Amino acid sequence: MFQNLSDRLQAVFKNLTGKGALSEADVDAAMREIRMALLEADVNFRVVKEFVAQVRERAIGQDLSKSLTPGQMVVRIVLEEMVSLLGGTEARLVLSNRIPNVVMLVGLQGSGKTTATAKLASYLRKQGKRPLMVACDVYRPAAIDQLEALGRELDIPVYRGEGSDPVAIAKAGVKYAIAEMRDVVIVDTAGRLHVDEEMMDEAARIKAAVKPDQILMVVDAMTGQDAVNAASAFAERVQFDAVIVSKLDGDARGGAALSVKSVTGKPIMFASMGEKLDALAAFHPDRMAKRILGMGDVVSLIERAQEAADETLAADTEERLRKGEFTLDDFRTQLKQIKKMGGLGSLVQMMPGMKGTAPDVDESQLDRVDAIISSMTIAERAKPQIISGPRRARIASGAGVTVFDVNQLLKQFAQARKLMKQMQKPGSKKRGRFQLPPGMQNPF
Amino acid sequence: MSQPWYRRLSDGLSKSRDRLEGQLNVLLRRGPDLDAAFWSDLEDALIGADMGVVAVTEIVERLRDSAARKALPDAQSVLAHLAEELASEFPPDVIDFLTENVTVLVVGVNGAGKTTTVGKLAKQTVDEGRSVLLGSADTYRAAAVEQLDVWAERAKVPVVKRERGADPASVAFDAMKLAAETGAELTLVDTAGRLHTSKDLMLELQKIARVAERESAVPAKILLVMDATTGQNGLAQAREFDAALSVDGIVLTKLDGTAKGGIAVAIARELGIPILRIGVGESIDDLRPFVAEEFARALLSEV
Repeated sequence: MFQNLSDRLQAVFKNLTGKGALSEADVDAAMREIRMALLEADVNFRVVKEFVAQVRERAIGQDLSKSLTPGQMVVRIVLEEMVSLLGGTEARLVLSNRIPNVVMLVGLQGSGKTTATAKLASYLRKQGKRPLMVACDVYRPAAIDQLEALGRELDIPVYRGEGSDPVAIAKAGVKYAIAEMRDVVIVDTAGRLHVDEEMMDEAARIKAAVKPDQILMVVDAMTGQDAVNAASAFAERVQFDAVIVSKLDGDARGGAALSVKSVTGKPIMFASMGEKLDALAAFHPDRMAKRILGMGDVVSLIERAQEAADETLAADTEERLRKGEFTLDDFRTQLKQIKKMGGLGSLVQMMPGMKGTAPDVDESQLDRVDAIISSMTIAERAKPQIISGPRRARIASGAGVTVFDVNQLLKQFAQARKLMKQMQKPGSKKRGRFQLPPGMQNPF
Repeated sequence: MSQPWYRRLSDGLSKSRDRLEGQLNVLLRRGPDLDAAFWSDLEDALIGADMGVVAVTEIVERLRDSAARKALPDAQSVLAHLAEELASEFPPDVIDFLTENVTVLVVGVNGAGKTTTVGKLAKQTVDEGRSVLLGSADTYRAAAVEQLDVWAERAKVPVVKRERGADPASVAFDAMKLAAETGAELTLVDTAGRLHTSKDLMLELQKIARVAERESAVPAKILLVMDATTGQNGLAQAREFDAALSVDGIVLTKLDGTAKGGIAVAIARELGIPILRIGVGESIDDLRPFVAEEFARALLSEV
């Protein structure tokens, strides 16, 4: 349904061939598209207005260079403005010298505070800290049990305190941290509505009691226009320092992030994606800008690939590939890497133009291939040509598949190997160059 | 509708609906003129209510048409007409299956308020004198089972559960068996929150639904819980859950904040899924039946 903003702008400008400068009429047509894109991404309408006016001003009269089409030029301006609005550089969690440091998390119900608390604790431990989590959500049934369970999973202690006064629990938690020689305390608070006077007052009292070094507000990436109201209220009552955007693993374009930053001026510090407790990443304004504009998160995609790939292994495979010795073992290693990167589905989600399309990828197919290769002997994996009829039957029964499945895999593998050999032939220019799909040409 | 609910809804929507109200009041205060600025401000107000730019553009265009055709004299009458239009976007003559003998699978994204909704529905139903059984098929999130346990105790109803990490479909199976044995009139099965983009988790959900449908002695229904603060992604959520499970009804939670829940209009327009309940506050009674006219008027602060 949603078209990439680049495509839309290309369409707007497709009749514009003359050189010179962007005229007002050209720019206005482009601004309509930008406005639509931002509103569809849930950026607050007031923020959109301001933003569009700013971009418009910069775009009018821009000299058209030879290297950029008018569409690319406008996209570049939009991206630059949005990145700068989102915070320009990446914000970092700055802790003071105080022992223990106190970090407090606040937010609406269901925004993901408790999960974020655990993720943050895990993140800080990786930085060499000794975190303690303090469970102050005395309202939601079993919220404290939830944090305790997460603490057990991470092997990070949780202070649950006694009684039902979150202010007292928070205070006691900090004391406990000192006694236990913990150097960072993360205070998980109850979800609260920004219009609930009593609860907002409580948050302010927790703040006054433990004097946090950092207060982070957790904002659900799926939030709509109302994000500005909630964020302004929290900014006013507890003066949070930065934002964690949660649930970014979905297909929400996350315009709320831009709204919150724009209205409160507070930087966005972390992107939280998924329920896995290590899924807390530094927030990258440039990637978020592209995501909001529907331009795909290509950098994250590449980064994940790099994280997943074992470099020596990759070099090894490449070497064998070059010699035409690519084996079924290598094939399986590559499949495993795809799985490590979060599966095909998660990869497809990050590709430009694929947002919102439910990836029709059968992950069990990968498991089946893995099972078939696992059922082969080492010799068979190295030299698939020795796999005779009886061997095929044995492999099939070992993997719990049919001989047909085994045949199919071997055929596909043979084809792939042939293709690779062809590409490696001297003189061949077909070096498997990665072609960018239309619509994601680099606007720069 | 009874007075308290009426008040509660407008309370909930208004505690903070000041913004929209402010905008609309500005529209009214500026005078009755239906000039270009009026229409553009109205458009802003509706977009600000999360109705979505595409739906709003269409609705406002239609409204301008009928304003001219029906010679609506001023802003006030246009807004009244709009309230009617919005209400008519919701499917008419909805059967509230929650009052019937059914099995209900409660689904939704993380943090929408599924477990709380199950708890409140259980308590309300028991208070009406019907028997309820709960199934805790969220075997994934830490302490989700404990959370539902607390609600089960409050409502004094049995809850079927398994250890964390167990197959959620097996919980559904056990719940259906116990429901048939005890003759529970309403069986509510809570499921783990999942993003609609997660193929594997959606497949898991389909499996749970298949088991519930097959083993349930009474009709099995799918109830989607959605947070009213959700923006345009709500449409994608509804679309995907509906494609995977065929959703029978929606509960719109957290309407007591400043969010207007306009995404519900967009969902009704595209998918025609009825809204059965709305959450307008923390207390058990704040989970209320949905009445389209009231909702539309509250959305426009016309109540």
